[in-house]
Amino acid sequence: MVLADRLIAAALMALSVYFMWHASALPIGWEGTSGGPGGGAFPFWLSAIIFLCAGGVLVRSFASNIQDAGSYFDPETLGSVSMVVIALVITVAIIPWGGAYIALPLFLLWYLKIFGKHGWFLTLCLTIGTPIFLFMFFEVTLKILLPKGLTQPLFVPLYAYFF
Amino acid sequence: MELLGHLADGFATSLSPINLFIVLLGVTAGLFIGAMPGLGSVNGVAIVLPLTFIVPPSSAIILLAAIYYGAMYGGAISSILLGIPGASTAVATTFDGRPMAQQGKAGLALIAAATASFVGGTISVILFTLFASPLADVALAFGPPEEFALVLLAFTTFVGLGGDDVLKTIIMICLGLALSTVGLDLISGQPRLIFFDQPGFYSGISFLVLAIGTYGVGEILYTIETSKSSPTVTPAKITFKELKYGFKEMNKLWKTMSFGSIMGFFVGMLPAAGATPAALMAYGLAKLTSKNGDNFGKGAIEGVAAPETANNAASTGSLLPMLTLGIPGSPTTALLLGGMVMWGLVPGPLLFIEQPDFVWGLISSLYTANLAAVLVNLALIPVFVWALRMPFTVLCAIVLILCLVGGYAPSQKLHDVWLIIGFGVGGYLLRKADYPMAPLVLALVLGPLMEKSFRQTLISEQGNVMAFIERPLSGTFIALSVIFFLLPLLNSLRRLARSKTTADNPAE
Repeated sequence: MVLADRLIAAALMALSVYFMWHASALPIGWEGTSGGPGGGAFPFWLSAIIFLCAGGVLVRSFASNIQDAGSYFDPETLGSVSMVVIALVITVAIIPWGGAYIALPLFLLWYLKIFGKHGWFLTLCLTIGTPIFLFMFFEVTLKILLPKGLTQPLFVPLYAYFF
Repeated sequence: MELLGHLADGFATSLSPINLFIVLLGVTAGLFIGAMPGLGSVNGVAIVLPLTFIVPPSSAIILLAAIYYGAMYGGAISSILLGIPGASTAVATTFDGRPMAQQGKAGLALIAAATASFVGGTISVILFTLFASPLADVALAFGPPEEFALVLLAFTTFVGLGGDDVLKTIIMICLGLALSTVGLDLISGQPRLIFFDQPGFYSGISFLVLAIGTYGVGEILYTIETSKSSPTVTPAKITFKELKYGFKEMNKLWKTMSFGSIMGFFVGMLPAAGATPAALMAYGLAKLTSKNGDNFGKGAIEGVAAPETANNAASTGSLLPMLTLGIPGSPTTALLLGGMVMWGLVPGPLLFIEQPDFVWGLISSLYTANLAAVLVNLALIPVFVWALRMPFTVLCAIVLILCLVGGYAPSQKLHDVWLIIGFGVGGYLLRKADYPMAPLVLALVLGPLMEKSFRQTLISEQGNVMAFIERPLSGTFIALSVIFFLLPLLNSLRRLARSKTTADNPAE
């Protein structure tokens, strides 16, 4: 837990330095006569505060000699959480190429059948029902088109029917 | 009397068939969202917000407010039937609600929770109606310095009253504010913080992306980790006899309930406090003042009534500063505020003058939402008992899909969906390390207002920083902010002094 706390504080410090570097592209100082701070001042000085506070968290964790109580990750469930994150990343990565109507059902199929260990009936109901609901709700009702990738031609007759 | 006229006009809007239907839909959805363990009002509003494009803007806000309301009622359901709070706001309800359910009085506990929520909701909506106009009138005098001072005050309440680690709270506030500056500089229009030269960052980071990331994806990851085994659902049935008995019992608790409502309302107005501490405080006070305080924690009906009145009253209370001042009183109202801005309605005092139909329509819809929620809640209890048996993996899968598609829909950029996953994982890791999420979301929503008001003031005052202190109202806000900011410091100094004296006189 203490190690994770330190790592996160260090990561926040690194992030704030990155923010400061970006922000300093714009004036970060006081623009005398025109009044007030420059365009980069807000993000720069806020990041500086993050840097100081995260540094404070880090120093505090070294200064106090608290016993390491419990682990940050629950070893039993760390696997499940990382699997879900990886599945999400793969799903979004598929979208530009295969489209939402391939990526999302694949995600559901994996989540319900393999990850959730549900029966085929429930899995197929949701895997087939969800894209139909999404199509009717977003595309037909709201006119918000979801990305389709290479499945685009398959939707031409559907559009012809609904619009 | 002018007030009643406004309210009557409002009811003309909110009692139209479409708005009644929307309220009914909203509270039912809210009840289900609130009843699901892990999902509360803020998660519900974050996930559902993109779907509300389906109705006109004014109705969309009514829908979201109804979801907010319903979720407040719903939180109690899983607290009682599962022993797991449906949302953090219903934590205090488990203390006595769960023992009641285990004693076979689940039905009575649910009736108590619903009635108490209704009483809390009603009293606080009346308070809301009374305070809204005067507060908006005061706020009309606000210029940029007051706006800046007020936002500063909102953030310092997190430091002074939030109860989380002070350094971590400040980090989250600054992180939210820094993320809000991504995009184009407000004054000069120059691009800034365009990470990795991704064009997606030019339009800034939407509050919705952060909210869906932290409260949608992040919450699900957190729940996957914490829910290893599925809990057992206590069966509950409600008969008319029980309903009559329940109402009779609740009738004896007027003092507890009115006290919880009024306290909840005022605690809810503070950005850092809100429904969870309000409910815990109401529970503690009820235990102190009750004649049978010893029964608390063993299934006392008062122990269910007190927190449930307070958390509903607090949710109404947090709407007050959002609508009148444009400063949200809770993460959920921060999302409502962001949603309103997205639909072209700018919350604040001018809204009362420019869009009175909308404002009073919304206020009167709180009355209808409250009534609808208590009726739907009591009528659908068997359905909730059934729905709570839904396997957790099914709920998670559906919510994750809604997060991905809902995050894509508003601006139709895959860039936002990637950000949602990033914020989800980041939020999950930060939350595990005890970094509070509420100030982050609030800061992102209020960031543009804070920077704009700060820089506008300085430009109009030729760079004179004293302008913030010289005006009486903004000076007061700044002074209060300083006090809130120094509060934790004073506390730790006092603790240090005390430990020193006890160290000097170990005999004491």
